[in-house]
Amino acid sequence: MSSEVKDFNHKVAPDWCPGCGDFGLLAGLKKALPSVSLETHDVMVVSGIGCSSNLPGFINTYGLHTLHGRSLPIAQGFKLANHKMTVVAVGGDGDGYGIGVGHLVHAMRRNIDMTYLVMNNSIYGLTTGQTSPTSGFQMKTKSTPFGNPELPLNPLTLALGSGCGFVARVYTGHVTQLIDIVQKAIKHPGFALIDTFSPCVTFNKINTHQYYKENVKDINKLGHNPSDLYAAFREATREDCITTGIFYQSDRPCYEASEEETLREPLFAHKLGISREEETALMAEFV
Amino acid sequence: MDKLQSQSGSQNPLNKEKIIVSAITIRFAGDSGDGMQLTGDQFTDTAAVMGNDFATLPDFPAEIRAPVGTLPGVSSFQIQFSESIIFTPGDYSDVLVAMNPAALKVNLTNVKKNGMIIVNESVFNEVNLKKAGWKVNPLLDGTLQNFQVLKVPLSELTQNSLKDLPLKLSEVERCKNFFALGIVFWLYSRTLDHTTTWIRNRFAKRPEIANANVVAMNAGYNYADITEILQTQYEIRKADLEPGVYRKITGNEAAAIGFIAAAQLAGKTLFYGSYPITPASNILHDLAKHKHFGVKTFQAEDEIAAVGSAIGASFGGELGITGTSGPGICLKSEAINLAVMAELPLIVIDVQRAGPSTGMPTKTEQTDLLQVMFGRNGESPIAIVAPKTPSDSFQMAIEAARLAITFMTPVVFLSEGNIANGAEPWKLPALEDLPKIAVKHAEPGATPFLPYERDPGTLARKWAIPGTKGLEHRIGGLSKADLTGNVSYDPENNQKMINLRAEKINRIANYIPEAVVEGPSTGKLLVLGWGGTYGAIYEAVRNLRAENKTVAHTHLNYLNPFPKNLGDILRRFESILIPELNMGQLLFLIRAKFPGVHTVGLNKVQGQPFRVAEVEEKIRLLL
Ligand SMILES: Cc1ncc(C[n+]2csc(CCOP(=O)(O)OP(=O)(O)O)c2C)c(N)n1
Ligand code: SF4
Ligand SMILES: [Mg+2]
Repeated sequence: MSSEVKDFNHKVAPDWCPGCGDFGLLAGLKKALPSVSLETHDVMVVSGIGCSSNLPGFINTYGLHTLHGRSLPIAQGFKLANHKMTVVAVGGDGDGYGIGVGHLVHAMRRNIDMTYLVMNNSIYGLTTGQTSPTSGFQMKTKSTPFGNPELPLNPLTLALGSGCGFVARVYTGHVTQLIDIVQKAIKHPGFALIDTFSPCVTFNKINTHQYYKENVKDINKLGHNPSDLYAAFREATREDCITTGIFYQSDRPCYEASEEETLREPLFAHKLGISREEETALMAEFV
Repeated sequence: MDKLQSQSGSQNPLNKEKIIVSAITIRFAGDSGDGMQLTGDQFTDTAAVMGNDFATLPDFPAEIRAPVGTLPGVSSFQIQFSESIIFTPGDYSDVLVAMNPAALKVNLTNVKKNGMIIVNESVFNEVNLKKAGWKVNPLLDGTLQNFQVLKVPLSELTQNSLKDLPLKLSEVERCKNFFALGIVFWLYSRTLDHTTTWIRNRFAKRPEIANANVVAMNAGYNYADITEILQTQYEIRKADLEPGVYRKITGNEAAAIGFIAAAQLAGKTLFYGSYPITPASNILHDLAKHKHFGVKTFQAEDEIAAVGSAIGASFGGELGITGTSGPGICLKSEAINLAVMAELPLIVIDVQRAGPSTGMPTKTEQTDLLQVMFGRNGESPIAIVAPKTPSDSFQMAIEAARLAITFMTPVVFLSEGNIANGAEPWKLPALEDLPKIAVKHAEPGATPFLPYERDPGTLARKWAIPGTKGLEHRIGGLSKADLTGNVSYDPENNQKMINLRAEKINRIANYIPEAVVEGPSTGKLLVLGWGGTYGAIYEAVRNLRAENKTVAHTHLNYLNPFPKNLGDILRRFESILIPELNMGQLLFLIRAKFPGVHTVGLNKVQGQPFRVAEVEEKIRLLL
């Protein structure tokens, strides 16, 4: 069976502002899924809360729109219960790098197979424009009218330092690169983080479409070798331009590989009951 | 200690007498490092093997090793064992085993008048007496004049018994609890077989240690047999338990096994997402051992992730369970509400401990009832069940799962520290006697799947297993449109969905057993309890009825919703006494729900269970 992009269209139309970067991500995701032979019922999209986190409502797959910052724990529990599904977690920079950053670090270290797409607009969109963990130093927002006194977090070095086996970044306006990276992330057996520049046209006048169009450079085209962790750190901290592409990919075994016995079948579909011998052994341990 | 009959003239050359008694309470107390919990466990196992009924009260500090010899470092273990059916670990002990001066100081008020105190005389030196705050050595002044005191130089005797074995002094010292256990085993005519086997298995890799412990225990037993200070040996006959296979079980063990059984009864695998916290952690340990029986455990990075993973697993088609204590419930509240909105089965185990804040982690309380009832934003009704004894946790775990699955709702399993750690005999049920739990899965049809279509009886929606073609659906925490589950801000719809969810929880009352009155069905006084106060209330009421006092008892396993006949029951009594280990939480709910009913509280928040006598006294005042 094969599927097409239109199968993933959903009756509910996105409620994003015209021009919002999240449209690009949704379009890219809808193209990437059928291109890796997934059908609508094979895919589970889990999100947190934020403009970006509304995405599961706009795509015809299984979906759970959860709590601010909590998409990853829920996605991981889901994946363990039903691991033949392809799990995609989505959300914003506030969701994933602010309130949910603790979960992110552990999800990367734990390495359960899923793809996490962060629509990073360096602002809290849904709550109408406060500073976010990726807002620039001195950026003026509603909550920092005199300029942001804090330095932004670098999600890529955080991921590289947390043992994430697939670390990438892309601007959502570059749809071909986006689709390519999402395909590779989905195929990657383990946790994949894709930080996406997804401009908020309403509340962030600094990190605009124009800004990214002019400043991003695809490191894979510049010859970066994604198996080189130190080169990845270097590319992730460059100051001369804004780098995109696949920074790092390792073949570290995923969580499921060390739980092969338990996860040979999706847990929910396990045959239950025990044999006579198992029963005897259990009773001996028991009484 | 009730003397039933006395047998004189045993074969014993010292001509010690043997007396049969009906019930005995023993308290083992020592430093946290003295192995008192282990000693108590061994005594309990032997009581189980010998067919007594029993109930235990482990009481230990939160610190793993508080400073040696100090009062906060004292760890104790109380057991009542009996030839008749009992539900409490006993108010006061017949025997206190005090391994040091601090243990004596902390536990002296727990000993019955004329009770026996066995002390390790070897450590009653100036330093230890000072640490425990004794100005004068209590073994030498009149402090213990109302007790029978057995001063045993435990440390020396143990050393002596092990002098031929190749052990370090520190290793020898660690065997003295088994010497003490040997004495108590003799005193109550116990067999040493079970503990001997246990020691050999436990130290299989270090046979010299195993041997030393066995030798020490036998030396203690023989010491008691020949010492002239002990002139009487006691015997407690088998209890008249229903026929069947029994084992000792704690509340947390029973809960773990109950949830595994429940999942099997529903044809589901079990997912347990948890973050360690006293006194809930050993549910995680127990379940983790059983991954071959359809159990997947997941130690999350915090309580929010733990409940989140369980919700994810439930959406994925498994039975999602999360477990914690009060502080963890605070963290999980937001996510429990997600399961309320998404209408997913979710079991939340709350093993209550003394609060507020970090409180007294190893001590018991019933102070989370209102928290689990109301502690979430918005109109957020969920079901609450509570076990009343350790072994009852098995049955109530199955009930929690049945309600969560039948009604597609979060259910709180509200246990308590003392239920979790306390032990009693449990009759192994026949699995085929346990009723199956019916699961209503959604099936793809000709028309689009409507996730919020409801069963007309239960009002529950159906569980759709992701991966099924044709059941793709998207739900979440934003207000749900009726039927489709799409996001909706429609005012009428919101009202309707909130009413439906409330009504769904109310209808659970049609699917749970009615409350039962033990004793007269009408009259002056009904004692209404819930959870772990069962034993103390049961025994208090039984004692008073034996004096021909008229008093009734109803105990609640279901706290939300209440059994549907509860209002009728309450209205038939002039007064309702509600003993609780909190400041009046069930009382608050009863007053709100049944105005006009006359309620009186009996409240205690000391980290300790009620003594039977406390409940008795309050009842007497009201009669
Ligand atoms: C527990 C909790 N705290 C706060 C909020 C309010 N809130 C909703 S979205 C959001 C920030 C959204 O920012 P981001 O994740 O970057 O998403 P964006 O809207 O920019 O896509 C906040 C603070 C909430 N819903 N829940
Ligand atoms: S506020 Fe910003 S992030 Fe939210 S939809 Fe509008 S443009 Fe997108
Ligand atoms: Mg944002």
